[in-house]
Amino acid sequence: MKPHAAAKFARAALAGALLAAALPALAMDIPAGRFRSVLPPAQGVKEVTVAAFQLDRTPVTNAEFARFLRERPEWRRDRVARVFADQGYLKHWRTHEAPGAALSRQPVVQVSWFAASAYCESRGARLPTWYEWEYAAAASETRRDGRDDPAWKQRILAWYSRPASASLPEVGGTPANAYGIQDLHGVVWEWIEDLGAMMISGDNREQGDPDIMKFCGAGALTMEEKDNYATLMRVAMLSSMQASYTAATMGFRCATDGARPPAGSRK
Amino acid sequence: MKLLAALAATVAFSGAAQAADPPGSIYHLDAALTNQAGRPIGLDVYRGHPVVVTMFYASCPAACPLLIDTIRAVERSLDPKTASGLRVLMVSVDPERDTPTALIELAKARRIDLSRWTLATADEATVRKVAALLSIQYRRLPSGEFNHSSVVTVLSRDGEIVRQSSLIGRVDPEIVTALK
Repeated sequence: MKPHAAAKFARAALAGALLAAALPALAMDIPAGRFRSVLPPAQGVKEVTVAAFQLDRTPVTNAEFARFLRERPEWRRDRVARVFADQGYLKHWRTHEAPGAALSRQPVVQVSWFAASAYCESRGARLPTWYEWEYAAAASETRRDGRDDPAWKQRILAWYSRPASASLPEVGGTPANAYGIQDLHGVVWEWIEDLGAMMISGDNREQGDPDIMKFCGAGALTMEEKDNYATLMRVAMLSSMQASYTAATMGFRCATDGARPPAGSRK
Repeated sequence: MKLLAALAATVAFSGAAQAADPPGSIYHLDAALTNQAGRPIGLDVYRGHPVVVTMFYASCPAACPLLIDTIRAVERSLDPKTASGLRVLMVSVDPERDTPTALIELAKARRIDLSRWTLATADEATVRKVAALLSIQYRRLPSGEFNHSSVVTVLSRDGEIVRQSSLIGRVDPEIVTALK
């Protein structure tokens, strides 16, 4: 490359970086609210309150995850401690560091809960909780709670009948929901922060219940909204996963507490 | 000798995973815990000892006191030498209420031997990770109470899970065997 070409390239790269900084936010504000979860928090408690939070507009891509691995090489598949990720961890990538160009805009999958958590923490974020995820995913394209819209529910269910062998779509391909979030349905399963909280059991406060030794404390977790098959499938999937497991259709996105500060106060 | 010097140098950095840890060691998690004295400790506070580790919350009415009793019964069933080498780490799932003060009160009330037992607290994200490593499920209920699975885990000297048991209220012979 000639010197002036290099300078031109550097200017273009700088302009690109500035442009990227000025692009619309990658995370969207989700206002606080109440909703009926498929997992009521306790008997007789029908509604869940969710505080304001921000959620990534799309799942984390392979390219983004590769960037993270450059900063945190201990999470590469050839270096990760087995206790944090099983044998399938990033096994579909071309090399230890890179997914291969064809995969760069696909959601990263074959990542464990530990690896997903570490990625979000490196961004000063975290995985969304189940209630946050479910709350955001209840929105249709037009309404914040579209779950009583049979046509929308049918479209979501159609994804679950897609053959597992079909290759993953790139992120950002599904219509944005009422919050501006994409791909909550129709792309991948997603890790949640409180994975170990998805225990389903009967009420164990009753005298003589053998479960009282298994679960310390009170409270039952039963599944409600039983016609909400798509969400219940998520619950079943997530509650079967250990934190070190990886799967070909399990990806993630990140969340942060609270609403974004007003535009003027941003750096 | 070189190896020994290298080992000594590594041991000096407590609280972090060591290169020598087996791939399945839970000591790979760099977890910032706080003990009942308010001092920062790592998950590997008892590195070099066989450890019984479990999770609990101090205000728990039923199963958690039984957890303590169960671990004590395990200790009593060991020969004195093995028992004196054993260490116990109990990590709270309730960072909000289980401050070091609350933990030390529990230790006093239950006459816990703090020369061999540690009660620890950590921020919520760390608690989630420790629970994930131990396959312990828990959730906070709207009442402020917790629902959590009572699992006792035996760790090897370098933090590998040797045996786990959900048997609470009496001694699980497999736990005793794992510690022998």
